[in-house]
Amino acid sequence: MNHWIIAPVVLPALLAPVIGFVMRHDIVLARTASIFGTVALFAIAIGLFVMSAGDPQAYYLGDWPAPFGIVLVLDRLSAMMVLLTSVLALIVLLYAVATGWDARGRHFHALFQFQLMGIVGAFLTGDIFNLFVFFEILLIASYGLMIHSGGRERMRAGLQYVIINLAGSTLFLFALGVLYATTGTLNIADLAQKLQAYPAEDAALVRVAAMLLMIVFALKAALFPLQFWLPGTYANAPAPVAALFAIMTKVGAYAILRVHTVVFGPGVEATDGLAQTWLFPAAIVTIAVGAIGVLGARRLMPLIAFSVLGSMGTLMAAISAFTPQATTAALYYLIHSTFAAAVLFLVADMVVARRKSDSLAVQAATQQNGLFAALFFAAAIAMAGMPPLSGFLGKLLVLDALRAPEIMAWVWTAILIGSLMTIVGFARAGSQLFWKSVSVVPEEAGPDDPLPEVPPAAGVAEVAPVMVAIGVLATVTVLAGPLTQYLDQTTAQLFDRDGYVSAVLGTAGEE
Amino acid sequence: MEFIVASSVGALTAAGIYLILRLRAFASILGLALLSYAVNVFLFASGRLAVDMPPILSKYGNGGYTDPLPQALVLTAIVISFGMTAVLVMVALGAYLESDDDRIDMDGDDMVGEGDAT
Repeated sequence: MNHWIIAPVVLPALLAPVIGFVMRHDIVLARTASIFGTVALFAIAIGLFVMSAGDPQAYYLGDWPAPFGIVLVLDRLSAMMVLLTSVLALIVLLYAVATGWDARGRHFHALFQFQLMGIVGAFLTGDIFNLFVFFEILLIASYGLMIHSGGRERMRAGLQYVIINLAGSTLFLFALGVLYATTGTLNIADLAQKLQAYPAEDAALVRVAAMLLMIVFALKAALFPLQFWLPGTYANAPAPVAALFAIMTKVGAYAILRVHTVVFGPGVEATDGLAQTWLFPAAIVTIAVGAIGVLGARRLMPLIAFSVLGSMGTLMAAISAFTPQATTAALYYLIHSTFAAAVLFLVADMVVARRKSDSLAVQAATQQNGLFAALFFAAAIAMAGMPPLSGFLGKLLVLDALRAPEIMAWVWTAILIGSLMTIVGFARAGSQLFWKSVSVVPEEAGPDDPLPEVPPAAGVAEVAPVMVAIGVLATVTVLAGPLTQYLDQTTAQLFDRDGYVSAVLGTAGEE
Repeated sequence: MEFIVASSVGALTAAGIYLILRLRAFASILGLALLSYAVNVFLFASGRLAVDMPPILSKYGNGGYTDPLPQALVLTAIVISFGMTAVLVMVALGAYLESDDDRIDMDGDDMVGEGDAT
């Protein structure tokens, strides 16, 4: 048994209380420990990524045999998601430290580590109830991060976020209850095995459970009609936290991919076609809502939040096909959109911190206007899906994968028009913020007026994490060939249900 | 017994949803608490209802036992929902103290000039 599999969960779980209790009065110490821990997580993630090359590996907690004990499963998909999380976390953490966001409230680093523990655990677990537990861990940490540094709007947005997620958690438990009552197991591999032989005429309750689970995951992934929490939350959260939350919606997408492919996936008679039927229209409407929101937003943060919503719609449209080709495209787009959203939030934070407001009104240009304009431009073309960055390739892959005659017209129309609207929205925002502002002449200060406060220029430490994230996007573009080959193998492994089941339940030797 | 359990789950859920839809912080907290009671009873019942049976195999009994797994799940769910309620109360209190209002919906302020992002 490979004990490294549990290391990315244990490391932040041990580090967070130490930071929270021992280092709470010393921000420098907490920063050092947190950065050190995240770098170590990154190293472990690379190690797991290398180890995941073969068959899926199961880790039996307490050495209880599956399906009686809890299992963690390392396969290509989960290793890739863990690596993605750790890279994003490192970028966000360095930015938060450089800008001093982490010192504007208490316990940022402890909550950050708990958040990582929850996200990584959700990617690695092989048990649906355990998935619920890791969801709760990442949520409870995200509640704290969301209201970090306080403020009226942020507290109220945070309250909404907490309540909608608690309602979602309750629904999750109802789904698990139904699933356990009908199948008698909550282990993903065991469920997959049992449901394959489940008679279709008794499947009503299984279908209820599948739909309830899909609703819960769709809430996390901000899919229409459960997307209402996302713009308010992302727009009001501290920007580095919003950048980290870019991976949280992907946890929902990953859960749908994992559960509705392996357990309720193609070829399972009991739930055949259920997920496709509902996911697809929801994804199309989500793209539309995101695009309209981008056009309608009058503040920068909601604009970015709506563009994230549109990218989730595109991602879920690809996932909803449940074919290997579309899933490969979805995974590529998932990697891209995570970093694109993070870059946008971080750039926006640097701009907003110097403009004192995130409204899109024209006001005098800030310092380093050219630098911010360039960074925003790069991030916006990535998010909108323009060449040369990876958004273009991602959308191309998605469009290419969704060419089935009955859905092609819908998907192509939605994605292409949605992209156009997003481009228009970002172009308008960029010209208001960076272009027109150059021609604004600052008012002459009277002799009695106090000298205007000039915020400090963004230093290398602040710009570097953003540059690294853009660099990742560029790398994803340049290495698109090898990456899609790798993702093809990942998808093949995801759709190989028997391989997963035999690896987890340990029946490999008997065949 | 099935009827009592089922109708109490239904009543708790209905009351919980109604209270959440009141869009006031206090009512929503009570509503979420009721919902979590409902789901705990529901989870408990998912291992089939049995009277007078231990949740362990006993070598002295006559072989009857009830499924222990839902009970473990309920314990986990109770602990989590307890913690979550505590967090929710703190967040709601913070939001109330900041804005002097316990309404949950936010007034439309996606307007130019309003709303402070930092």
